[in-house]
Amino acid sequence: NGQQAPNVRRKGNPKMLFMGLRRSGKSSIQKVVFEKLSPADTLFLEPTSRIGTVKMQSFITFESVELPHQLSATTPDFDHHAVFSHIGAVIWVLDVQDEYLTSISEMIQTAVFLAENYPRVNFEVFIHKTDGLSEEYKYETFREVRQRVQDELSDLGHGDRSVSYFQTSIFDHSIFEAMSKVVQRLLPQLPAMEALLNKLCSTCGIQKAYLFDTMSKIYVATDASPTFLKDYEVCSDYVDVIVDIKQIYGWHGQDGEGKAVSERRNQDDGDIGESMVTYDRSGDTYIYAREINDYLSLICVMGKGSTTNKRVLIDYNVGILHDALLQVFKV
Amino acid sequence: MSTTERSKRQKQRKVLLMGRSGAGKSSMRSIIFSNYVAKDVRRLGATVDVEHSNIRFMGNLMLNLWDCGGQDSFVESYLSNQRSHVFSSVAVLIFVFDISSKVAASDMVSFADTIRALHEFSPNSKIFVLIHKMDLVPGEQKARALQQKAHDVRTTCEDEGFLGQQVEFWATSIWDQSLYKAWTQVIYFLVPNATVIENMLEKLAELLDARELILYERTTCLVVTHVTRGSEGRNPYTDRFERISSILKTHKHSMAKHTGTMASEVSFAEMQIKTGEFMFFITRLTENTNLAVVMPGDEAAFNAARVNVQLARQEFAHLDIMEKKGKEVQRQ
Ligand SMILES: Nc1nc2c(ncn2[C@@H]2O[C@H](COP(=O)(O)OP(=O)(O)OP(=O)(O)O)[C@@H](O)[C@H]2O)c(=O)[nH]1
Ligand SMILES: Nc1nc2c(ncn2[C@@H]2O[C@H](COP(=O)(O)OP(=O)(O)O)[C@@H](O)[C@H]2O)c(=O)[nH]1
Ligand SMILES: [Mg+2]
Repeated sequence: NGQQAPNVRRKGNPKMLFMGLRRSGKSSIQKVVFEKLSPADTLFLEPTSRIGTVKMQSFITFESVELPHQLSATTPDFDHHAVFSHIGAVIWVLDVQDEYLTSISEMIQTAVFLAENYPRVNFEVFIHKTDGLSEEYKYETFREVRQRVQDELSDLGHGDRSVSYFQTSIFDHSIFEAMSKVVQRLLPQLPAMEALLNKLCSTCGIQKAYLFDTMSKIYVATDASPTFLKDYEVCSDYVDVIVDIKQIYGWHGQDGEGKAVSERRNQDDGDIGESMVTYDRSGDTYIYAREINDYLSLICVMGKGSTTNKRVLIDYNVGILHDALLQVFKV
Repeated sequence: MSTTERSKRQKQRKVLLMGRSGAGKSSMRSIIFSNYVAKDVRRLGATVDVEHSNIRFMGNLMLNLWDCGGQDSFVESYLSNQRSHVFSSVAVLIFVFDISSKVAASDMVSFADTIRALHEFSPNSKIFVLIHKMDLVPGEQKARALQQKAHDVRTTCEDEGFLGQQVEFWATSIWDQSLYKAWTQVIYFLVPNATVIENMLEKLAELLDARELILYERTTCLVVTHVTRGSEGRNPYTDRFERISSILKTHKHSMAKHTGTMASEVSFAEMQIKTGEFMFFITRLTENTNLAVVMPGDEAAFNAARVNVQLARQEFAHLDIMEKKGKEVQRQ
């Protein structure tokens, strides 16, 4: 806190900078996560040659910037300050299906540059394109990359620099999970949201609760219970179902202008979207979803014991959470 | 023909699935009937000879699907020594053309040979021509490619004595809901008593004051039929029925993965989606069907509707039995 890094934001909108070698998957990730491009269609993406910003308007504005490979952190004559000073996190994308030693050495230069000039910027490494790799190979390369980076950073006197690593692919949920964690670290509201979710879970016997950004399916918070990818997957897929059905039958309210996102709802008129699905086998596991506002949804995996007759309790407490969350985001 | 023989045949509907090797027959069968997802089909090998599957559909309708391996030697044998075995008592032939085929002319010759044999043994059968792998054709060329193919196919059909109504064309790809659209047509054709079901659904829709009811089969998620009322008729998403099939199928996979069960075993007891604008729920209607109900956004009406659908179950179960008896009158 005593450190004075110039103009580094601590609050406000999460802003991420994607870096990495050519064709490592930077554009694909942004398109898939923020613009809903289907993963297969990324094959046809043009190479990125200039700094481009993608903005996603949600409950807050997410901003992601891609730095074309010919510009690196250490390129002498370009305005580093303009690029790095407003960034919350740098995401280094490393293509594991390609020869990655060059990528590692450039990554280390970047990490050192950041540690020396912008120490508050988070440094995140996506070990990317893990689809189609065997579990064993995936694990080995993950370890190897991490070890190498850690060793070299130590040798350069930056061993204390914290770097997070993720295994990602645009063809499964891993990229969304990784982006979720990156984004969460940039949200000052995170502790407040987590506290609210923990309380909800313990009062209502909820197994796992996620607060989703409905559009991107990034989860901006979850309760403190252990996180399993499979819980996230089923919740995230369920968000898709709800969004799709709402599109298909919500056409009455659309005035030809596509999604009526700008039309903010009056939150008191009982207009809140709510949804649940119950499994056949064990009637006591179900997924419950509730809209917080146009952008945020609460999705819960309900555990054993939270049978439907506790719905009143759940409704009541979710109502409280709902109001508290709106308070948290009120500026 | 004796009555027993006839009713036996009408319960078992023989469906041939044919086309050149690699055209995508087994892929689509696996997706529709065996809960594969599109990217799983790369694992499939070429089909050896004929793979039979019996698929119970709507309780009393048994599809007897013959997936006929398309390699030349097999096709030769279907057309010669197995000719009557393969082509007799066929209700539907589904012929799959690969739009990206390098040997289109030879595909057409093979098609002609096939329907000639069909005409010989099952002259009243119906032909569904699926023009497949449309995802490989760039957007602006799709319409033309399709038109050209349909024209060639129609000419061949007419030459072999299959006229207008007897042949239908559908463009398909395993990568989107077009596959569901095509198979829904096949199923709709095969379901006995579709009109009776529709009439009952219409009454139910009125009782519930629903905007739309969609009846779909539980395991395949294929739409059997639907009823649309009032302003919902102007719903701009005209592809919504096959989209819903596809959404529900994907959802099943997702739940199967989560619970660690087989996708074929998963089905939800109930799903509800409530918004201020509309209310939506899906619940079981009969042994093999689920009903999706779309209502105006009114909580009280929604709760009443859920109860009313439960009550209607009895009536529809009764219909299942009636169908079994009354079927002979329906189809000649
Ligand atoms: N691009 C694309 N490929 C498809 C589609 N449908 C199937 N395929 C591919 O086509 C290949 C052959 O599919 P199969 O279903 O095994 O073909 P088949 O018609 O059963 O072949 P035989 O059993 O030898 O007669 C597979 O690699 C599929 O992935 C499609 O709609 N689009
Ligand atoms: N197999 C696989 N391919 C990917 C993945 N992400 C991106 N790609 C492919 O990698 C190529 C380069 O991607 P692009 O986003 O243009 O790279 P950029 O130059 O870093 O922006 C494209 O053909 C993508 O389809 C992934 O997770 N798995
Ligand atoms: Mg096959």
